[in-house]
Formats: sequence, structure tokens, C-alpha cells
Amino acid sequence: MQHLASCRRAAAIAAGHNCSVSQWPIRSLQRRTLTAPAAASWQPVIGLEVHAHLATNSKLFSDAAAAAEAAGAPANTTVAMFDAALPGTLPVLNAASVDLAIRAGLAVQATVNRRSSFDRKHYFYPDLPHGFQITQYYAPVVSNGHLDVPTAAGGTRRIRIARMQLELDSGKSQHYEQHGGQTLIDLNRAGAGMLEIVSEPDIRSSDEAAAYVKKLQHLLRHVGVCHGNMELGEMRVDVNVSLNRTDQPGVRCEIKNINSVRNVARAIEHEIERQAALLLSGQKIFRETRAFDAARGVTVPMRSKEDEVDYRFMPEPDLPVLIITESRIETARGGMPELPDVLRSRLQSEYGLLPADAALLVDQHVAGYFEQVARPGDGKRAAAW
Amino acid sequence: MQRFQSLTKPMRCRPRSTRSICSSAPNHDTDRKILSLTLTEARAALTEGRVTAVELTESSLRQIERLGALNALVSVRDTEQLLDEAADADRRRLQLQRDGCVVPALLGVPLTLKDNWCTAGLRTTCASRMLEDFVPNYDATVSERLKAAGGLLLGKTNMDEFGMGSSSRWTPFGAVCNPWSASTGPQARTAGGSSGGSACAVAARMCFASVGSDTGGSVRQPAAMCGVVGLKPSYGTVSRYGLVAYASSLDTPGVIARTVADAMIVFDAIAGHDPRDSTSVAADEYPPPRPASSSASKRRLRIGVPKEYHVAELDAAVLAAWHAGAAAFEAHGAELVEISLPHTALALPAYYILAPAEAFSNLARYDGIRYGLRGHGATAEAMRSDARRRGFGAEVQRRLGLGSFVLGRRAVDSYYHKALDIRRRVVQDFDNAFSLAGVDAVLTPTTPFTSGVLDAGTDSTLDDYVQDVMTIPASLAGLPAISIPTQMSKSAADGTPMPL
Repeated sequence: MQHLASCRRAAAIAAGHNCSVSQWPIRSLQRRTLTAPAAASWQPVIGLEVHAHLATNSKLFSDAAAAAEAAGAPANTTVAMFDAALPGTLPVLNAASVDLAIRAGLAVQATVNRRSSFDRKHYFYPDLPHGFQITQYYAPVVSNGHLDVPTAAGGTRRIRIARMQLELDSGKSQHYEQHGGQTLIDLNRAGAGMLEIVSEPDIRSSDEAAAYVKKLQHLLRHVGVCHGNMELGEMRVDVNVSLNRTDQPGVRCEIKNINSVRNVARAIEHEIERQAALLLSGQKIFRETRAFDAARGVTVPMRSKEDEVDYRFMPEPDLPVLIITESRIETARGGMPELPDVLRSRLQSEYGLLPADAALLVDQHVAGYFEQVARPGDGKRAAAW
Repeated sequence: MQRFQSLTKPMRCRPRSTRSICSSAPNHDTDRKILSLTLTEARAALTEGRVTAVELTESSLRQIERLGALNALVSVRDTEQLLDEAADADRRRLQLQRDGCVVPALLGVPLTLKDNWCTAGLRTTCASRMLEDFVPNYDATVSERLKAAGGLLLGKTNMDEFGMGSSSRWTPFGAVCNPWSASTGPQARTAGGSSGGSACAVAARMCFASVGSDTGGSVRQPAAMCGVVGLKPSYGTVSRYGLVAYASSLDTPGVIARTVADAMIVFDAIAGHDPRDSTSVAADEYPPPRPASSSASKRRLRIGVPKEYHVAELDAAVLAAWHAGAAAFEAHGAELVEISLPHTALALPAYYILAPAEAFSNLARYDGIRYGLRGHGATAEAMRSDARRRGFGAEVQRRLGLGSFVLGRRAVDSYYHKALDIRRRVVQDFDNAFSLAGVDAVLTPTTPFTSGVLDAGTDSTLDDYVQDVMTIPASLAGLPAISIPTQMSKSAADGTPMPL
């Protein structure tokens, strides 16, 4: 009964009906019938931006160590002069980062752009030493890939990946209310290389979004691009949610810096409820940036409603155009492991494994170890191990 | 390798050594003889033992003290240390010569650096209150290479703040006076900018050469104003690592010296690929050096004279000098050809869109949080605003405002992107001149008029901007350009140089 109830509730939310959490499913069904004509065909439209820290030794444009958080480094100990934006310092591109970006692109069947370039995105914040972020706005390194995720209905949906761009992470701020409200800045993360993976708004439900993030996380780990530990901040997600109707396009709200797969789903669910509630009561939705309060399970406003930051994008004059040759792409392709889907089928066919077992081995990143242990034909026994 | 010692006092220091560095008559004559040597002559004299590095340094330091009113230098290094380094250089030279080894190209030669070059342990202010107490913990590549070549760094020269200006008056350390001026004070003539301190120091014999930076003419124009040679090499040939950035795609390290030969010696010491600067030209992209003057050379030098440089603002005397210069080249066997660079007139406004835009970006880092002038305020925004309001001078604030505007969402297409387009066309103009018209070089005046009076009273910044009209196109195109003094003007009460 409980399971059925939550299924119905999920369906109701997906269909965009105003569903109060405290009500019993039967009552909400009645409610739905009553309000159906007005609330019909609200469609959630969801796009995700995933920021994945590149698994390189050093940062994107400096030689400071990259994985400070994972290594537990004390504050402000992995900061090169460039990361602190000292006058006169210049960026030098970390070649390994480019190779990882190529791999990520190949893993989602995307185009690796032979020419891409870097741009500056300006805004002020104390943990952004340069006053701008180096990113790839006009010409990213990768475009037009896709990832297939399962839908609630049991099929798959192709989620298009618009672009992947190399960019820098900022430092971290810690605010303290005591001592007169000090803010402490840790620049360990400033200058760390990230790949921002932007999807088209093809996702239609919170479950699909969660599945997309999980699949992407697994894929990036599998090909060695990102360690993907979201609790360590190695990967984080920004979500864009709007509710559309054929006669009324939705207004997009962004929820920034979500740090777990589960919270991605929760944030989206709450945001859909929030927007649906506003729309059904005849109010307008303002385009805004919000944060997810994980403790309370709600999204809260982050920037003021009128605030639309003008980033003043400008080509990065200290870096030449990035040219990627065919041979570099082929080298990257040759160095890549089998993609998960291919690997799963091969384990089944070659070792006679059940699909569930093959999937488990691949999901847990132990397929390689398995193959070392198993002798062909003896697969099932090794799998049981 | 010699190491620069840290400066003990922030302000210009008085010489404290027991060795006497005062302006007594015998010293005056010695200095006159020594300081009249060009860098090339000084090197020869060092090699032949006719003079020592210690003597060169002592004379230069006395000259700096004598001419302090010109405000050429922001920081002068400690005398004791300099004389120790000079003595080391002398000892090293003797040793190397005895061993038959190569002597570094600038061993024992006193030099200066514009104050936007990072020098480890030595204050680098960029003539800004924002960096008034900033002491870098690293050396720029140029600083390193000058050291490696044996050069003695006397101090850092005055300039327009962050390189923004054509008069070296936008500085908290007092405007630089042109050494050709009849007087200092309100009626003094401008030394030009932004490398005015460097040009003044070289022209006034305070050092044998100086390395500055040229973004829209900032080495060529002050060199022109002060009657010395100003070389802006091709963008990318000298590393910008350690040069405090103003406009990254335009900033080019440049050399100011008394003769072309001098300039080439310094250029050779600092040029070359640097992996720390991603815009540095790769080693294998360097054209091979042109063989030294072969009088039996196959064809005549073809020099283009662009008709569009005949601007309305052109001073009559400057025009006459241009003609005279062209005639001189012809007399030496060159072929003069009239060429057209159609987009010349658009280059100046394009520059004053692109450079401020990049300046806005490059100066966004100055918030007083990690270094520089710290602001006061209850919030981070307030602190930053306070630091920038107090730390940046009027001209810098003007250009930052302009840069912020032209990159703004509503204006970026009509201004910034249009300016980028004009830049492409200016490059194309030069390409056409060099390939289609087949010229080897282009001959123009460096500035449309001669050195003006510093306190002209009108304080029109547009007049300042027009100064750069001749030098900007080569900056936009990244082409090598050199300003060479030709003659003194007869029109002004005090003769001032008019270079090409």
C-alpha cells in the first residue's frame, strides 16, 4: 500500500499536480480529479550542469597539487603564485587535463573539437583571486554527446550533452558569525581543473536526473577522468528546473552546488512542488538562483531576484587557441578502457555471467580484477567470489 | 648568478657607504667621461680594462642623485650592495678572461627596470598606491635574464600608473621631467609615457639602458620624447612572465637605450622562448637572425611611407623631420615607396576600447585581500571598493570604467567585438604592405608632436591619447617597431627631439 501510494504521488508530481505531503494518496487522487483541467500538462523540464574535478596531479594552469581536499591538506598549502593571482603571473595549460577532457568526450560519443579556446568570466567574490574565472564560453573542447538513462515508464531516454568545457574552480570561503563576522578564505581549491558537463534540458523527472548523475559519475570514474566522490567535493551538480506547458513556457530556476545524487532528486522534487504551487495559485515564477538546504529538504533563494550578473565574457589573452590533433585523439582513444555498456555485454558473453552479476562487477569498478582472477569458462565461480 | 638583495627602506635611500659618492668637481669630470659612453662603448672599455664596473656604478649613482628632481626613479638599491656586486662583476670578468671563457653580455653594466617588472625582494609599485608596499617574492623572466647576463640593477623607474598614460605624470612619486627641459617644476616638459622614468634615466645618463613595457607606444613614445632609442620587439619574443599585466594581448617588453646597437645587446640578453609565458613564441618559430650588414646585398631595402599617417595633428616640424629622414634613407640606397594602410584612423579608437577592456580584467584582482592596499569596510564588497578607490589614480579609474562599459552585455557587440574586428583589419593592412607592396619596413614619425609642457593647464586626456596615434597600429599588429632620434626641433624655446 505504501509503495503504491508513493508511486502515485511520484506520478502526480511528475504530472505536476499540487500534492501536499501530509495528505493520504486516496484524498490526493480525488483532488487531482477536481483540479485536473487547470493543472493538466505541466511538464517538468530539467537540465543539469555537472562540475567534475579532473583527476590530474596538478591544477589546470599551475603546478600546485590538485587533490588537496582528498589529501587532507591544511588550508592554503597547495597554492601556487598563479592561483593567488599574484601580479605578473601567467597560466600554463596542464596537458594531462586536455587528455582527460578528450576521454570524457569520447566516453559520451561526443565531438572533440579540434579548435577550442579559453575565456574569462568576471565576477567579484573573495575566494576568486583573479576577479574572473578562466573557462570556455565561446568554444568548448567537447560538444554534442549523449547519455541514455532509464525512464520511469521502463524505457530509456537519450539525454543530450550540449558541451563539456575546461574551467577553473575557485577557493573556499568559511563564514564565522562570531568575532565580528569574519570570513576565512582557503585557496587550496583555487585553480583546480574541472570539466563542466552541460546537458540539454532533456530530463523529465527527478528519478531520471538522479540516474543521469549516477551514470555520469560512474562513467567518469570508469575512464579515469574524475574520482567522483561527491562528499569530497570532487563532483557537484547545478540543476535547472522549469515547468512548461504548451501555451506557457516555464521560467527556469537554478539550484546550485548540490553535493549528492540523493539530494539532486530531493532538490528537484521540492523545486517542482514549489513551482507548481506558485503556478496553480496564479503567481509568477521569477528566474532566480537557489540553493538546496539538505537538512530541511527545501530550496531557498540564493541571490536576489533582480540580480542577473553580467559576466563580461572576454577571450583569455594569456592563452593561445587550443589545437587538438587527430593523433592525440587516437592516442586517447587507444588508452581508454572499454566503455561500461560494452564491458557488461562482453562479460556476459565471454564468461557466461548473468546480466545482474556483470552489472555489479562493472558498477563496482572491479571488472578488471575479476578478469585477472577468472579463467574463461570459470566465470560464474569467480563472480560469486 | 648574482642575487638582488632586499631593499632596506621603502623610499629612495641616501648612499650610506664610506666610499664617497658626493658631487665634487673631480667626480663631475670623471662622471662626464664615463657616462658619455654608450653601452657598447662601456662594454668595450670594461673588456679592455679602461674602466671598471665599480666606476660605472659609482658614476651612475652620483648622476641619479644629482638629477633626483627629474623623478626618474622610484626605488634605488642600496649603494653598498651595488658596489659589492660591481666589484664581484669586475673580479668575475678578470677570472673569465683569464680562463678564456665567454663573458656574459652585460657583465658589470648598470641598468634599470621599469617599476612594473617583478623583482624578488625589491619593491615593485607600478607607480600605484595599490602596490606601494608590494615586494614580489619572485623575479620576472626579464629580471632573471638580465641578472644571468651580468647586468647590475640600479633601481626601478617611474612610470604612468599600471602603464596607463603617455606622460608619466599619473604617478604618486612626482611626474617625470624630460631631461631636455630647460627647467623642472610646472614648466617642465613631459618625458612621455608610460616608460617615462626609463627613458629619462637613459637619456640623462643615469644608467646605460633600461627595460620597460610597450602597450600602445609606452617605450617608443617616451624614448622619442627624450631623444633616445626605443625598441618594441614583436609580441611574444620577450617573455611577459613577471610583467604586471595591463593589456595582455598588447603588452610587449621593450628596450630603451642610447643607440640601436645598445638596444640590440639588451634585447638579445632577454629575448627567447619562455615556457612560463604561454604567448611566448616557441623556439622553432623564431626566424633565423639576419646576417650582419652585407654591403653586397642583393636588393635595396624597400621602405614604405604610409599616406594615412599624414594626420591633421602633425606638427610642421615633425613633418619636416619625416621628410628629412626619408631622404636620408634614400641617400643610403633605400627605395622609398608610398603605401596605404587604410584602417590607420580606426586603430586609435580600437586601441582605446581593447586596452581598457583588458585592463579592467587584469586589474580585477586588486581587492586588497591577498596583497596590496587593504581597504576598510564591513563587507568584502565594501573593503574592495575602498581599496580600489584609494589605491587607483584618476586615469586608471577612467580606463577601468571604460573597460567595464565596453565589455558590458549591452555594449560588447558594438564596442569590444567591433574593436577586435578593426584590429584584424589593421593586421591585414600590414600584411598587404609587407607581402603585396613588398616593403621591408614602414617609416613614420613616432609622435605627431613634440614634447609638450607637463602642466599645460588644459588637462585634456584626449590630447594624451592622440599622442599614441602613430605607435598604436604596430601594437595592435604585434609588429616590431623602433623609435630612433633624428634631430632637435627648432620651433620650441627649448629644443626637443623629434624621432622616427
